[in-house]
Amino acid sequence: MGAQTLYDKLWNSHVVRQEADGTALIYIDRHLVHEVTSPQAFEGLKLAGRRPWRVASMLAVPDHNVPTTNRAAGIADPIARLQVETLDSNCAEFGVNELKMNDVRQGIVHVVGPEQGATLPGMTVVCGDSHTSTHGAFAALAFGIGTSEVEHVMATQCLLMKKSKAMQVLVEGALGKGVTAKDVALAVIGKIGTAGGTGYAIEFAGSAIRGLSMEGRMTLCNMAIEAGARAGMIAADDTTIDYLKSRPFAPQAEVWDKAVAYWRTLHSDEGARFDSVVKLDAAQIKPQVTWGTSPEMVAAVDGRVPDPATMSDAVKREGAERALHYMGLKANMPITEIKIDKVFIGSCTNARIEDMRAAAAIAKGKRVAANVKLAMVVPGSGLVKQQAEQEGLDKIFIAAGFEWRDPGCSMCLAMNDDRLEPGERCASTSNRNFEGRQGQGGRTHLVSPEMAAAAAIAGHFVDVSKV
Amino acid sequence: MNKFSLLNGLVVPLDRANVDTDAIIPKQFLKSIKRSGFGPNAFDEWRYLDHGEPGMDNSKRPLNPDFVLNQPRYKGAQILLARENFGCGSSREHAPWALEDYGFRVIIAPSFADIFFNNCFKNGLLPIRLAAEQVDALFKAVEATPGYRLKVDLEQQSIATPDGTVYKFEVEAFRKHCLLNGLDDIGLTLQHVDEIKAFEAKHRAAQPWLFA
Repeated sequence: MGAQTLYDKLWNSHVVRQEADGTALIYIDRHLVHEVTSPQAFEGLKLAGRRPWRVASMLAVPDHNVPTTNRAAGIADPIARLQVETLDSNCAEFGVNELKMNDVRQGIVHVVGPEQGATLPGMTVVCGDSHTSTHGAFAALAFGIGTSEVEHVMATQCLLMKKSKAMQVLVEGALGKGVTAKDVALAVIGKIGTAGGTGYAIEFAGSAIRGLSMEGRMTLCNMAIEAGARAGMIAADDTTIDYLKSRPFAPQAEVWDKAVAYWRTLHSDEGARFDSVVKLDAAQIKPQVTWGTSPEMVAAVDGRVPDPATMSDAVKREGAERALHYMGLKANMPITEIKIDKVFIGSCTNARIEDMRAAAAIAKGKRVAANVKLAMVVPGSGLVKQQAEQEGLDKIFIAAGFEWRDPGCSMCLAMNDDRLEPGERCASTSNRNFEGRQGQGGRTHLVSPEMAAAAAIAGHFVDVSKV
Repeated sequence: MNKFSLLNGLVVPLDRANVDTDAIIPKQFLKSIKRSGFGPNAFDEWRYLDHGEPGMDNSKRPLNPDFVLNQPRYKGAQILLARENFGCGSSREHAPWALEDYGFRVIIAPSFADIFFNNCFKNGLLPIRLAAEQVDALFKAVEATPGYRLKVDLEQQSIATPDGTVYKFEVEAFRKHCLLNGLDDIGLTLQHVDEIKAFEAKHRAAQPWLFA
């Protein structure tokens, strides 16, 4: 066989069989489960009298509906409570390993999986959640699936799918001061659009990517889906291997050595062919702020809100006009003049320990601006929270006027009580700025943790590369 | 799953690009542990003037008269016409559940997000990609013609307009076969149990740490 891409290697090592039209049966190694997209799948399994094919491949954790305050009191909303209880009872019935709401290891599924070492290089990883692309940071083939497919994986350990095309996103050079993996992700989406990666699996490569920590790589792969790609991935290297060593689910002793030897082959070969290649110069990427209602509606912090009148494509122009109306923004206004009402630091994109540290470094010794009604920090897992508290980050945040919460998805999608009120404007480290995403009528600006913390202190967006 | 072969249905034009799954079915309705009953909350934030929550009597809620689905001429529509990147965002299958429960069987757009596209086929919904110019022509025709209907033939992979224009569309052979016959994927996959077991044994031997 000739030179292969990382995606080729991951795909080929999981094909069980293939139909004449190319539809393949792909074996799934890890199945992550949360409370929102699994109840109907468990129900389907029960109605058909089936059992999970390989229950040890499953790891469940409630995250979308869990409260981020006063957790000891349980979940107040009876419908949300029933959903979490349904996960508990399904996991108990089928023997699925579940990290329950009050377990210190509980958190956002895409933070918990890697933290536990449940995501390993070379794996196929699925979850009924589009941000499963996060796990591709470990040279895994990881993608989100719908509930019917959740049931399909439970029942058969496989998925029916066709191979995607391969895109390489090459980011070469050094990132500037205050520029993070989040800014790279938003810059890529700004360049190729939210449908730019549709039909592709994206491999992120280049010296800037190799220079990212595992957490930065997860942030980047997390947002591959925002570029339209179901899967994002990065080659395995020392950074990957060092991160995984001694994690609870990672192999140990001589099995570890054997695994590492295999993992070191998980990169695209020299000369491997991609269907599409996109190049970015790391040094040109500035801190990013979204101004609209799609992640592709993004600008550098030192830029301005665009003027729809200058857009030649009618669909794009109307989309931008509608977005500016919804967002309550004027064309050509400087991004740094946008004032905010709330700040959310959290989500599967940016709620890991390095995110907490980066935000705390900006907040240290400062105060949240008077016009900011609420600034909240929601760690991605109980273990992230514990680590942050050991480092005293909670005290820095609280002293600066931030709220320090319990782990969960929280205001990324506002399924629990954490949400924006109509018209409120939020600097958010999450991944989607869709209309109503953080609460009906809410206005979301996606930024990095550094940018969110700096906006909380100033009351409006500021360029962290100049702080 | 419902079979799909032929449909002669009323078309409603939703003239927006990047319609995301949060818009199709807002998050508060995802707390349900059922598969059915999402139709009254499809496009909830655009469709109603008040804020919707699970358990409300939707028939008593104030409708947004400006939203296209609420216009009397589109009542009973089974074909949704949309712009590029329809169904982007979250993987929630509640989106196709809501569209199907509302009464849609076909969605036509220049492009769809991958996960949504895939989810449609699991629920008897047919997503059809047409060229942007063809979609544009359909938008003009629908808006100009009350009662505009299209004939969708999955077997022939064709869409016929009232003036006799026929648009051909692509659909993967395997998905087409499943949709025409209303086949359950799980049942089909379980016909290959031996192959799955054989693969699993080989995989376990090569990477035992995956099975710890």
